[in-house]
Amino acid sequence: MLRVENIYKSFGNFLAVSGAQLTVGRGELVAVIGPNGAGKTTLFNLITGQLKPDRGKVVFKEEDITRLSTHLICRKGIARSFQIANVFPRMTVFGNVQVSVLSQQRQSNSLFRPAYTMAVKETEEILESVGLIEKAHELAGSLSHGDQRILEIAIALGNEPELLILDEPTAGMSPEETRITMDLVRRLAETKGLTILFCEHDMDVVFNVAQSIMVMHHGRTIVQGAPDEVRRNEQVQEAYLGDEDA
Amino acid sequence: MVKPGSSLRSFWICAAILVVLLFLPPVIPRFYTYILASIFVTSLLAMSLNMVVGYGGLFQFHHAAFYGVGAYTFGLLLTKTHLPMLVAFIAGPIAAALAGLLIGWFCVRLIKLYFAMLQISLGSLLWAIAFRWYSLTGGDDGMHGIPTPSFLFSSTHAYYFILIVFSVCLLLMYLILKSPFGMTLQAIRDNPDRCEAVGVNVRRHQLIGIIIATFFAGVAGVLFVVLEHSVFPDLLFWILSLEVFIMCLLGGWFTFIGPVIGAAIMVSLRTFVGIYTQYWTLILGVLLIFLIFFLPEGIMGFISAKLGSKPVEGIERAVE
Repeated sequence: MLRVENIYKSFGNFLAVSGAQLTVGRGELVAVIGPNGAGKTTLFNLITGQLKPDRGKVVFKEEDITRLSTHLICRKGIARSFQIANVFPRMTVFGNVQVSVLSQQRQSNSLFRPAYTMAVKETEEILESVGLIEKAHELAGSLSHGDQRILEIAIALGNEPELLILDEPTAGMSPEETRITMDLVRRLAETKGLTILFCEHDMDVVFNVAQSIMVMHHGRTIVQGAPDEVRRNEQVQEAYLGDEDA
Repeated sequence: MVKPGSSLRSFWICAAILVVLLFLPPVIPRFYTYILASIFVTSLLAMSLNMVVGYGGLFQFHHAAFYGVGAYTFGLLLTKTHLPMLVAFIAGPIAAALAGLLIGWFCVRLIKLYFAMLQISLGSLLWAIAFRWYSLTGGDDGMHGIPTPSFLFSSTHAYYFILIVFSVCLLLMYLILKSPFGMTLQAIRDNPDRCEAVGVNVRRHQLIGIIIATFFAGVAGVLFVVLEHSVFPDLLFWILSLEVFIMCLLGGWFTFIGPVIGAAIMVSLRTFVGIYTQYWTLILGVLLIFLIFFLPEGIMGFISAKLGSKPVEGIERAVE
């Protein structure tokens, strides 16, 4: 469904991503791992158009989306969450998700219809499915860190994506929150048939959940394969598991 | 406007205020009618600015330019042509919105202070045109005795006309801010990157926001001419833009009605303290210092926080 072909991105003299490759099949749960600074977030930003690559190609559903702007890529069916909690703090939890549902329904420019009557059912369903419905009327900025991260996923779901990209969905979470979030991710993949691409620090999480793992080091792809295959790969052990798995 | 709970209450409060305002002119001195009308005009300008500043998070630093464009267009059409008043009345806001489109088109490509700087320079260009083009605009003298239609000549009639247009604009702005468009605008204010990632064309959305806001600024400009029968380059000067910005901050820029309070305070200060000293801005300065320390969300922001409703005009009640 998604194919990243030999992509490059540098910031000044620093090569953040140099020749990364990634394949995501429909319905798969794919993880990207790699030490800090390996270029995971940059890779995600290249896929969703926050950054433009120097070289290489991003192909989604057999269509080249490399040069599209962010909002158009989103409309193609790719939604994402961000590594740092990235919500609309002055709006309610409900409003946060509603904005994205309205955008999905192409209603964002509707001028004279009251928004409070629109997209209510869809928004409630999403909040229900991620377990935030009780907090629907709280301001997003007042939520706990863990809840904000989940709200992020909910916002992304509002776009009814085919491919959901999660940038370290459990960063900064307690072990309990991590478990809840990963259960949620797995459930979404199963019940909604979503294809999910995520990156993650926690090795246990990755090898438990992912069906396919891509390992990055210094901006390059070392290998992509099933968890067992990756675990056995010598280069991976050297580059990553060796020095990080303390 | 019929909404549950506290919204319904605010609706009745607004209706009551409107009725009182309708019956005021016969019982208060003419001078106060004039001051009230002046507050309405200034409020409309401030609220139109707040649409993009408070709700849109844009650094719209030269909003008065569009106010001036509206006023000058209206004034010029009435003076130099024989077009009917209605045409001139509509042309004013449209000219302002066009100026908004033109200047906004460049500005939305930049962010924050760069946006502000560019807008101040482009807006000042408009001011320079009004200031220097003697043969057309009367230069620094401006134009006086603009022949507004006879039914608006008496100050009471002008008052009613301004009050009605002001109320209609208020209602329209309210509806727009409560619409998906307005909601998305607030989302962009909170987090433009996130908005882009949910499929919103942020620049275009901001540009439409600017066009709408400058349209209402143009309406305010037209109303100014209806009230004062004159135009002058100060209407487009950046100092006025600053004053309007302060009105929003003073009244509460995350609230809908805040800018009206801010405008009322500024106009009253200028009028009543201005009688005693031309340094009325001294008092304003002291007020601002208090504001920053004690009411960072402005007067209405403070009041609505006290009343327990959140300062964000939002979608809290959406599901109820």
